Amino acid sequence: MRVALFITCVNDTLYPRTGQATVALLRRLGVDVEFPAQQTCCGQMHYNTGYRRQAEPLVRGFAEAFAGYDAIVAPSGSCAAMVRDVHPRIAGRSMGRVPRDRVAEVVPKVYELSEFLVDVLRVTDVGAYFPHRVTYHPTCHSLRLLRVGDRPLRLLRAVRGLDLVELEGADECCGFGGAFAVKNPAVSAAMCSDKVRHAADTGAEVLCAADNSCLMHIGGTLERQRAGVRTLHLAEILASTQDDPHGSGWADGERSPA
Amino acid sequence: MMGSRELVLARVRAALADVPRDEAPEDFPVDRDYLDAHATGSPAEVADLLADNLADYRAVVHRCSAAELPGLLARLLAEHRSGDVAVPPALPGDWLADSEGVRVLTDDGSLTASRLDRVDSVVTACAVAVAETGTIVLDAKPDQGRRLLSLVPDHHICVVRPEQVVASVAQALRRLDPSRPLTWISGPSATSDIELDRVEGVHGPRTLEAVLLAD
Amino acid sequence: MTAVHLGMPAFPSFPEAAEAATTDAQLRRNLRNATHTIRDKRARAVAELSDWAGLRAAAAAIKNRTLRHLDHYLLQLEEAVTKAGGRVHWAIDAADANRIVAELVKATGETHVVKVKSMATQEIGLNEALAAEGITAYETDLAELIVQLGDDRPSHILVPAIHRNRSEIREIFVRAMGRWGRAAPDGLTDRPADLAEAARLHLREKFLSAKVAVSGANFMVAETGTLVVVESEGNGRMCLTLPETLISVVGIEKIVPTWQDLEVYLQLLPRSSTAERMNPYTSTWTGTAEGDGPREFHLVLLDNGRTGALADQVGRQALRCIRCSACLNVCPVYERAGGHAYGSAYPGPIGAILTPQLRGITSALDASLPYASSLCGACYEVCPVAIDIPEVLVHLRERVAETGKGHPAERTAMRAARWVLEDPARLARAQRLATRARRFRPRHLPGPAAAWTDTREVPRIPEESFRDWWRRTQGGGPRAGGGPAGKGGR
Ligand code: SF4
Repeated sequence: MRVALFITCVNDTLYPRTGQATVALLRRLGVDVEFPAQQTCCGQMHYNTGYRRQAEPLVRGFAEAFAGYDAIVAPSGSCAAMVRDVHPRIAGRSMGRVPRDRVAEVVPKVYELSEFLVDVLRVTDVGAYFPHRVTYHPTCHSLRLLRVGDRPLRLLRAVRGLDLVELEGADECCGFGGAFAVKNPAVSAAMCSDKVRHAADTGAEVLCAADNSCLMHIGGTLERQRAGVRTLHLAEILASTQDDPHGSGWADGERSPA
Repeated sequence: MMGSRELVLARVRAALADVPRDEAPEDFPVDRDYLDAHATGSPAEVADLLADNLADYRAVVHRCSAAELPGLLARLLAEHRSGDVAVPPALPGDWLADSEGVRVLTDDGSLTASRLDRVDSVVTACAVAVAETGTIVLDAKPDQGRRLLSLVPDHHICVVRPEQVVASVAQALRRLDPSRPLTWISGPSATSDIELDRVEGVHGPRTLEAVLLAD
Repeated sequence: MTAVHLGMPAFPSFPEAAEAATTDAQLRRNLRNATHTIRDKRARAVAELSDWAGLRAAAAAIKNRTLRHLDHYLLQLEEAVTKAGGRVHWAIDAADANRIVAELVKATGETHVVKVKSMATQEIGLNEALAAEGITAYETDLAELIVQLGDDRPSHILVPAIHRNRSEIREIFVRAMGRWGRAAPDGLTDRPADLAEAARLHLREKFLSAKVAVSGANFMVAETGTLVVVESEGNGRMCLTLPETLISVVGIEKIVPTWQDLEVYLQLLPRSSTAERMNPYTSTWTGTAEGDGPREFHLVLLDNGRTGALADQVGRQALRCIRCSACLNVCPVYERAGGHAYGSAYPGPIGAILTPQLRGITSALDASLPYASSLCGACYEVCPVAIDIPEVLVHLRERVAETGKGHPAERTAMRAARWVLEDPARLARAQRLATRARRFRPRHLPGPAAAWTDTREVPRIPEESFRDWWRRTQGGGPRAGGGPAGKGGR
């Protein structure tokens, strides 16, 4: 099985540690993951802001970069959802500028990380060790577009030492939404402050999600409010082991921004 | 100048330029991948469900045999201290046989809303009852009367015969005649307009008593 | 061109109005309580039906069929209503509809009418138009009454006074009922049951004396010419039954083809809107009935921008809406912005896609509505007719961006970003540039992102992008500065 990592442009640029953790995790599970260097971005920002035509070359580029792989793993719910849900739609409306068949070929190969682990590798216990109190935010696109269900929770429950606590209002949006946070800052901030309050109420040390865009938004607010909760991508928790609890072995960069 | 009718129709047709000209309405597929009824038990079980669902939405439910009905109605009207009772033109003859001491106003089409506002109760039959939703449907036939009859008085007693009970909305629609004015009643009048919390009793009858007759 | 009027004067853009709402603690509390209560109840009511997904798909398909052949069904409806003794009028826009209704009322010689809650008449500003003709319209739905007595604007499709809590409602009743008719009882408490009783007493004399009623309809059956009104309180029954003349103003998209099709919508609508198995009262009528109810029935079929929405193949699906308001109740943006910020009779997610389509994207408000969503998808998930609201929002953003209503700086930034992202080499160069500037981690960003950084910290730029790390280490080599080797065991 040829497996490609779709790092996503946000992780690539701002959160390389998430990518490194994903690679370490997959290799630990025996997957020889590759990184197709041609990849860039799924076009989500353009599409969601109303620039569908600008997203077209990115959609075409995605299909080209990932052609021929059996599985494409993305440590981002919203980017995986963008590819799966929207790329065929963009191709369909592109009047041939984006080849439909190429898109149709790669789209079913795309998995969000927890889907790949649970559905393809069929593991829930990935041998991780993370002795901290953690709460999980499902993120809207994982929840409602990908329908990952309880897969991330099953993975987290199998992590040794991890104390999983429930987040009130978990399925409510954190208020990021890309263009939304920029165009409607007041409502976005009001949504986020509720999310942050619920996170702080859990008493968890770590708020975990499978999407760094949401975590950036929540983490930025947590940091500004000095709430005492830090954010961490699911991949980084799953990559932590007893031998290497801080991930020094798999990450040679600095820690992800909290 | 084109009238509004022609203008609206022309705009509709222009808007639908993408629909193939030879597509007939029935050509567009509609999958009906849903159940005709959810309650599939015996008639007795369906009747129990009707009783439960009516009660769940605060209708007062009574069950009796046809022979017991006049006695029951007499008791209910007495308990409500009803003096004036409105009835439709063709309420089955013996239903109020035991209701001594009440004044029966049979609607011949001349009862006004203001008069009905001063009667204490109304007794009617119904057309269909839907178990799954706890709904009674009136179709304004002579044993139910004009729509205002079961609307203006504050206390409505409605008698349901066993053969009128169906399981589902779909089954009810098949039995009903759309050319008649229909009123579907599920519990007494209610509102959710204050803080989205349900409160019983606004403009329709605040007390709905359903009498389910047994076979 | 005729301007489409949705019954509202000029309003600030959504972000401005919403910002003001987020600082109103009382409003936020009222909305939060109400929407969270109904959210859970709806979920339970829906879970009772094992075939919900099938019903939802059928509801969408039936409406799609209707919309694709709307001309056919409109003519069929017109014929059936006429045959049953009703009269059908066609209105191209709000002014047309208001004129028709005013003339019909005047012909009866009456100067007041009772009204059943209706989105369409709210949309066209009928009450104001009638007032200008010397006709007083009395709202009879409890929430509409609260809005009318409070000289307020509706903020929710189903519960127009959702922004008011019980004590505010009590105050409005005590203050204003006397001016409109029977005053509130002495010693009125804020118990919902007492408030409902006060409304009952206040409105009863209006019902008993009204000669003309104005309604909308939830559904119109093309095959039979039957209209359907779904309600809870009984004010609908009063208005549909007691007056001599009934005038129903209904959007052209409210058609379903057959009587039996109602089996789908009568299951979906009550569970989605009030979370009930069935709402207390549903009335259906076909033309006029001998000796029962109104002697005259008029149906006013309303376009008012609907054909514009119909022409948009992506936006068209918004016309499937059955106005259940489930999308409002689950929307995190609606919950915090409140209904008034949407500046239209249609607030919430459905308003954000319907209003710009009905009115066109001409005002700053209408151009801002498609962005009034984080695209979280909660609305689509609960919509009983499966309107993909996020899809339509994004589509309308495209129209905003393309018609020049968008921000020129945004367009430039998007082009530049696309140029960088199109090519991995360019992306790598840009990442290295950012890395070099990483020491200057600003606390506040300039330009359009400034507001975002008011409440959040900006993420740090890492020392090295993933892409560069991979190139250097092939995904597991020694770390910079000679740390321990990666333990990427296979
Ligand atoms: S868009 Fe869907 S959920 Fe919203 S009001 Fe309309 S039918 Fe209900």
